[in-house]
Amino acid sequence: MLKTFINKIFFITAIFMFCIFADSFIMLLDASDSISAETGSSMPWWFWPLSLFIVSFLLGIVAVLGGVGGGVLFVPIVGGFFPFHLDFVRGAGLLVALAGALAAGPGLLIKNLADLRLALPFALIASICAIAGAMIGLALPTNIVQTALGVCILFIVGIMLSAKKSEYPEVKEPDALSTALRINGVYYEVSTGHTINWKIHRTPQGLVVFIFIGLMAGMFGLGAGWANVPVLNLLLGAPLKVSVATSKFLLSITDTSAAWIYINNGAVLPIMVVPSIVGIMLGSIIGVRILSKTKPAAIRNIVISMLFLAGLRAMLKGLGIWT
Amino acid sequence: MDIRKIYQHIYAHKMSKPSEEQIRYALMLSGGMKAGLAALILTFFLYVSGIVSPHIPKDTISNFWHLPVAEYLQATGIESGWKWVALIQKGDFLNFIGIVFLSGVTIICFIGIIPIFLRKKDTVYAIIAFVEVAVLVFAASGILKTGGH
Repeated sequence: MLKTFINKIFFITAIFMFCIFADSFIMLLDASDSISAETGSSMPWWFWPLSLFIVSFLLGIVAVLGGVGGGVLFVPIVGGFFPFHLDFVRGAGLLVALAGALAAGPGLLIKNLADLRLALPFALIASICAIAGAMIGLALPTNIVQTALGVCILFIVGIMLSAKKSEYPEVKEPDALSTALRINGVYYEVSTGHTINWKIHRTPQGLVVFIFIGLMAGMFGLGAGWANVPVLNLLLGAPLKVSVATSKFLLSITDTSAAWIYINNGAVLPIMVVPSIVGIMLGSIIGVRILSKTKPAAIRNIVISMLFLAGLRAMLKGLGIWT
Repeated sequence: MDIRKIYQHIYAHKMSKPSEEQIRYALMLSGGMKAGLAALILTFFLYVSGIVSPHIPKDTISNFWHLPVAEYLQATGIESGWKWVALIQKGDFLNFIGIVFLSGVTIICFIGIIPIFLRKKDTVYAIIAFVEVAVLVFAASGILKTGGH
């Protein structure tokens, strides 16, 4: 019912948006005086939000097919190739990642794939650090943030190329902290019909790593699924499905804290945020539908190439080499 | 996706059941997310269609979106923090109802599960949830301001 509801809302909104923008396009033909003189842009106001909607829609498809979150693609690509300032792009990126996480959260929690007990301690650390990251990101000069974003994206490309995944990591003995917090669980694996019992280890190390994950999520507005999943899966030893689902749920908490900093500091422009959220979520719905008909490895290579180019662009733009 | 149907399916097939607090959280999140998304889309329609006039005219917004946020605020005369509430009758600021709702739903969910933790005498998780609420409310309060760049 929820899926149908969301689908209907998105399709109706998409039609509305296209109608409004199409109407504006007709008006544009005999209204050249609406051109912005101050920015020297020859584009009317609706051109960039419409482009943002279309690009976000395509990113939504690619993100699902490539198995990455929308935020990690959105910030470097929109930040590198659109006229919006990086402050607003990061604010929009956080809200895009947040909306996706909020939409996925209920289903993942009810199916017991996302685990509340596993998420809460790490979410607390990450959300505190995301606030600090957002404050730092908004206070630093743009070129430094842009360069650091580029380096971070290239680092993510490195992780995506090298990180391995373990469907059911072996955890011989849970650590004392996870035992005390009773972080363990059971989930039903539909593909095999088996019930999987899981527990975790290296909890203190995981908490330390989440300090950095929170900082980066807040500073760059990327979401942090690319970091959450390997840490939950490979470091802590949670099964892959539990890691992916808990990571998605975790984002809804981490990004909430950082999003508030961007909202309260004025770094959220509705004219960017809404087309981005609607576009990427609509694209995700289409992406899920065509997922079974594509070759995941090929798409993943395209995503990695896109990220590499966007990361390189962000870094060179920050350094003043490719402006 | 009907959350209740999924839960009934899990129960009927004796699949692993989520905890009481996890179900409460999921149901609150589901309702809040739907309301926030609906508000976001409705208010955006009112804004771009011109039904509600904006604070910054749409055809001049492109003069400001390339500026760093500190300069944008100065150039548009917009104040940071919760001052946007005073401009709620303007189309662009009307959108903040949906944005704030989506950003606030997690706080409401955490408040909703604290009583369950307390009833179960799960003190550690009750404290974690309480501190998380405090952190998110602090972030939402508008107290934390950056100097800009």
